[in-house]
Formats: sequence, structure tokens, C-alpha cells
Amino acid sequence: MIKHEHIETNAGLLIILTLVVISIGGLVEIVPLFYINDTVEKVTGVRPYTPLELRGRDIYQREGCYLCHSQMVRPFRDEWLRYGHYSLAAESQYDHPFQWGSKRTGPDLARVGGKYSNAWHVAHLINPRDVVPQSIMPNYPWLQSTDLDYSDVQERMRALQKTGVPYSQTQAEYDRNVATFGPDTADKLDILHAEENLMQQALTNDYDGQRERVTEMDALVAYLQVLGTMVDFSRYDEGYFAEFR
Amino acid sequence: MSDAKAKSPGAVQTTGHAWDGDIQEFNNPLPSWWLWGFYATVVFALIYWVLYPAWPVGGSFTKGVLNDITFVDSDGSVKTTHWNTRALLIRDLKEGKEARLSQEYMSRVSAAGYAEILADPEMMAFTRSVAKGLFGDNCAACHGAGGQGVIGLFPNLADDAWLWGGSIEAVSTTITEGRYGFMPAFRDTFNDQQLSDVASYVLSLSGQETDATASARGEKIFQTEQGGCYYCHTHAGTGLKSQGAANLTDQIWTIADVNGTDDPASKKERVERVIRNGVQRRMPRWSERLSPDQIKLLTVYVHELGGGQ
Repeated sequence: MIKHEHIETNAGLLIILTLVVISIGGLVEIVPLFYINDTVEKVTGVRPYTPLELRGRDIYQREGCYLCHSQMVRPFRDEWLRYGHYSLAAESQYDHPFQWGSKRTGPDLARVGGKYSNAWHVAHLINPRDVVPQSIMPNYPWLQSTDLDYSDVQERMRALQKTGVPYSQTQAEYDRNVATFGPDTADKLDILHAEENLMQQALTNDYDGQRERVTEMDALVAYLQVLGTMVDFSRYDEGYFAEFR
Repeated sequence: MSDAKAKSPGAVQTTGHAWDGDIQEFNNPLPSWWLWGFYATVVFALIYWVLYPAWPVGGSFTKGVLNDITFVDSDGSVKTTHWNTRALLIRDLKEGKEARLSQEYMSRVSAAGYAEILADPEMMAFTRSVAKGLFGDNCAACHGAGGQGVIGLFPNLADDAWLWGGSIEAVSTTITEGRYGFMPAFRDTFNDQQLSDVASYVLSLSGQETDATASARGEKIFQTEQGGCYYCHTHAGTGLKSQGAANLTDQIWTIADVNGTDDPASKKERVERVIRNGVQRRMPRWSERLSPDQIKLLTVYVHELGGGQ
């Protein structure tokens, strides 16, 4: 039996034993996450982001939106009443890294998709006080005047593919996506047609109100408008989600 | 803490180290209240592990025992499950203290017709207080906390001018289905002269001072197939609620901020800009986000904000 004094007076041994103890805590908390599948809800509709939404998500991270906005509605009555249905694990399964956040200086954004019009988002991002007088959010006017750089969108999708997001490059991967998500969505997840799909989504929806340009505003608003909209909650009884806890 | 008498060297155990000859380090035992507090947390953890979801086992986890929750599911069936926050929330939303308090009024409002609600002070008080929160969470971002809107972007709900109708039915439809306000852009249809003429005529409709001859030329465009403005705004210029087309005769301007300037040229310029670029305004549909009862409360609230019709 090693004496406590022996450990305390041997720095090397103390470091090794400290690492062992901390590792046990970490392993117990982290390792199960890799094989517990019971907690990810089986729901339809959740898909990886389209190229335009993905670039919007990159801008969301670049501008540090997550520092003030969480994307995690918790299962409490007050949050349910204000934001809507609580977030599901399944809804962030393709997020790397997830944007749950830990600080709400601004409101939670997990269910912001479809809540406001594109024009509202544009006006609000250029100067939040134009629409919400008491807002303390900074202005992001450059989003509206900066053309979106999407030259590397394929690389970005490939990188995410490596982490397990089902974008497709080969015919086999494409066919798998058709089976999982249906042909329309599978087309949008095709890395080889990423630029084309991005342009098409931006021009069809014209998120920023500038039809002739594809700006960073287009991308960010496209991303915000899809947040929390993928699962149709009317298809499930509430008790169904409790089965995963 | 540093009571020298109580803790003089020799009275308590020291670590045996000595610095500068006489500086020693006490080896006091932990205070017993602290130690017992620590043991209590250990006991708490052991009990918690038994009662609540805790340890991962294989592909699942221990669910906890003796701690079931019974709740009423969306389909009305009664279910019992191990303790978890989701089941707790479902129960809280249906049977919690706040839920029960509002249930009584909510069911009355739900069963009552709009006329009944409007005539009943008690139901109205309930509606105002609940709908104020709903409006703040969902509507105020665009329409403002008081429903005053933003000129050029979002309509004012606090006045008695209604683009889509101010009746209870119209307001309810607007919230439930959303609206798409569309006026085509005329930049390719009209040249600068025609734009200016139509703008003059539009301003003259609400009694603004304009050049009479320009206005007459504009009237011709407005009232004929050349511009076709009258399709939506009608020959009288009073607008069509079915199209969300604005009344141009009432001096209330929701898009071109005509009242925001005294300069006639600038007024005309603002109207011209709207004709040139058209209007595209979208109000989201709320039927998927709010329950029919919540929409009902909001309808009454918005109807009461300004001049409901």
C-alpha cells in the first residue's frame, strides 16, 4: 500500500495518479455517448444543411452569434411557451460542432426558422434597432454588401462528410441519400453539384432582396430560416419523445 | 482563524516542516461539519443513482426506480414512465399549477364565440393578459411592442387602417394563414416621366398638393390598362382588402413615408420609389406554431389594439 505522503512527495507519481483519476471521470461521462443510441429520437425530416445553409452556418459561427444566442430549447414550461417545442437530440445530429451555446444574451434561436419573414431578418441584421427598439444586438450591415464566397463549399462539405454527415460524392452515396431523404433532398446533398445548388437556392428564394447578387446575407438568412423547421411535430404524440429519455 | 492561544505550536499536530527555524505548518483535521457535509453528498448521490436515470449500461442506461411519472399523452391516453424531464414537462403543461389556473379561463374562451368574449369583461381581462405575452413573444419583433409597426416594412396594427381587413374573421385568417403582400415593380413598365406622373396622381388622391397637369396624366395611366393600378387599388383609390392593396386616399402611408417629410418633391420621390420597386411583404403563417386557442386570443388582442372592424 502506497502511503499518502509517498505520493505527495513524488511529483511524477502524483501527476500520473491525478491523470488516472481525472480520466476515469472523463471516460464515464464521454464514452457512453458513443454507443448509447436509445436517446436519439427516431424522427423523419432531419437532413444535413444545403450548401447555402451550410455557408450561412459558417457565417453564424464566424460572426460569433453563438456567444449570445443559444440553440437549445429546454424541456421547461416557460421555454415551451416562449420558443416552442424543446430541442431534440436528433435535430442536431448533423451539426459539427453543435450550436447549443451556453449563454442567452439574445433569445434562443433553435426554433426561429419561419417565425419571421426574410425581410425582417435582413432589416434586423443590418440594424436591429430598426425593428426592435430595445435591442442591444450589434449591426451586421456588411452581410448585405459582401458577396458570398462559395468557391470552397465543396471542400467544406467533404470535411463534414469525414465527420459522418451524409453528403454524397459517389453514386452509391447518392443512392443511399435518395433512399434516406428522398430524391429532392439527395440532390441538394450532392457535393459535386454544390455551387449550382447554392446559386439556385439563393436566386429562387432571394433571401436578401437583392435578386442580382448572392450575398452573405442570403446564406445567413437561409440558415436561420431552416432552424428548427425540419421535424414536423404534429406527426408525433408528445409521449413518444419521452420514450427516449 | 488565527487564534494564537488555541493553536499554539505543540497544541495541534504539525506537518513537521519548519522554515526559518520557527515557522511551522499546522496539520489541522477538516472541520467536522464540512466532513459530514461531504459524506452527506455521497449518500445523496447513492440515493439519486437508484431513483433517477443515471448510469450508462450497454446501449442504454439505468432508468431509476420507485419514481414513475404518470401523464396524459397528446392522444388522450394515460401513460406511466420512469422519471424524466420530458414526461415531467408534459404533465406540467396539462396539470401543473399555472396550467390549472389558466385552464378554467382557457376552456371558457375556447368554447365561447368571438362576440361572447368581446362582451365579457372577465374573459377579456384574461385574453389581454395572456395575449400580451403571446404578442410579445411572436408578433412584437416585427409589429413592435405596441403594434405600431415599422413604416416601409411592417404594418401598424394600432391604427384603424387595415390592409387585409380589420374584422375578427380577417385578422384571424391573417394570423392563421399568413399573408403575402405583393405589388409588381413598374421600373420596366413606366419611364421616369410616367413614374413621376403616377406618383403625382397617387399623392393627389389623399389631398397632397401636386402639379395638376402631371396628376391628370398620371390618372390616365392609373385608371386605364396602361398602368392597371385600379385592378387592386380600385378606381376610387380606396384599395382592395382581398389583395391587401392599400387605401391611397386616407393619408395613412405604410410603405412610402410620405408623412415623414414636408417637402413635396421628397414626398413624390418616396412614392415613386415604391412604384418603381414594387412591394413584397410576407407575414409568416402561424397555424403550425400557435394553437387555435392561442390564435383566438391573439385575434381578439390585435382586433382591440387599434380600430377593429
